[in-house]
Amino acid sequence: MTTDTKTWIDVCAVDDVEIEDLIEVSHDGNTYAIYRSPDDTFHATDGHCTHEKVSLADGLVMDYVIECPMHNARFDYRTGEVKSAPACVNLKTFEVKREGDRILLAVG
Amino acid sequence: MSTTHWKDYTLTGGDAVADGGQPGWYTPALDRKTLKGLMKRSDRPALANYGLWIGLIIALGAVTVATWGSAWGIVWLLVYSAVHQSATARQHELGHGTPFRTRWINEMFFHFSSFITLSEGHYYRWRHARHHTHTIIVGKDPEIQSPRPPEIVSLLINLFNLKTVVLTARDFLRRAAGDLGQGRHFIPEGEQPKVIRAARIYLGLIALIVAACFVTGSLLPLLLTIGPRVIGAPLYALLHFTQHAGLDEDVHDHRLNSRTIYMNPVLRFLYANMNYHVEHHIFPMVPYYRLPELHALIKDQCPEPKHGLVDAYRDIVPTLLRQLKDPSYHLRPALPAAAVAAE
Repeated sequence: MTTDTKTWIDVCAVDDVEIEDLIEVSHDGNTYAIYRSPDDTFHATDGHCTHEKVSLADGLVMDYVIECPMHNARFDYRTGEVKSAPACVNLKTFEVKREGDRILLAVG
Repeated sequence: MSTTHWKDYTLTGGDAVADGGQPGWYTPALDRKTLKGLMKRSDRPALANYGLWIGLIIALGAVTVATWGSAWGIVWLLVYSAVHQSATARQHELGHGTPFRTRWINEMFFHFSSFITLSEGHYYRWRHARHHTHTIIVGKDPEIQSPRPPEIVSLLINLFNLKTVVLTARDFLRRAAGDLGQGRHFIPEGEQPKVIRAARIYLGLIALIVAACFVTGSLLPLLLTIGPRVIGAPLYALLHFTQHAGLDEDVHDHRLNSRTIYMNPVLRFLYANMNYHVEHHIFPMVPYYRLPELHALIKDQCPEPKHGLVDAYRDIVPTLLRQLKDPSYHLRPALPAAAVAAE
């Protein structure tokens, strides 16, 4: 039997995030981006672009890509993988799960 | 005795303004949902606009070839070149990745526009990213067109991109040999091979164009491909120069270092709406075809736009002349009382 040892925090309601969009949440001094994909799955990454640490909150979500609002660096928010410059470093991703109408983020 | 301090605008210069990382820029109040709506991309308006542009290039090119050898040939070449070099504004927008939702279409037009403006795409993107991070910040922005005091002779020569073309040829040769010049300050090491490879490809393509001239015994292959970079330059030199000239530097408020100008639909088509330059810098993710809407939403928080190119140059020319004697002088647009400057 496996035990879930992660620390899950309640970050938002399902309806706080529109389809094909993201919101920014903060916890314990860290910033996270919570995404809702076109097929209604939730994902989470670090809240700042790896290029110049710009907040991704005002970025554009298109399909499974988040584009940084400052220089258009693009990442696959499901894996954190860089899709195009100017970013060269992948985004850190975090686990999320849906419980009822709430979204939980693994921070531990 | 007073001495005039001439600033060093190079990226390693002693006048670089120190700031720690990403500066905080002024952002007008705008509902997040509205902004997201403005940022949404659609292939349709961009395809219609780019289709018209490519159609005009083909039609005007055909008329130029058909009338070549007569005086009309020269006239049509001028018109063709003016439309062709709309690529300078389009390359800029495509470099931001904003016109098309479909990425490969965006990239196809981007690299096409980059070549016909001799502004290699990989290098341009890195340089322009720096311009947006540090807009008109001395020693950080590699795209400052109007240093103080202004270099009037250089500006006049470059009305036809004569200086730019010479420097471009030098830069391509250097980059092809592995020397990125100032680019080494803003292009990560891992990305530098792409720039070097692209410079070599550009030199190869230029050699093919020159060879085509010898084979056909005509200058038309050159005049119809990269020749417009010189022949069609003056219109765009006049347009581009208005973006920041005469305004303040080293301020983190695009309303104080950038200029919005109302223009007629023909110029806006050719210039890809870059006349809304304050808006473009504040929200660079908004596609060019949504900038008029963005302008309408935030104009109450921005300075009064200039009304046409003549109105803009009525400000710019006297300012540049005064800066010859007093490099500290600059224009300061009046900000709406309700929107405080974020200097």
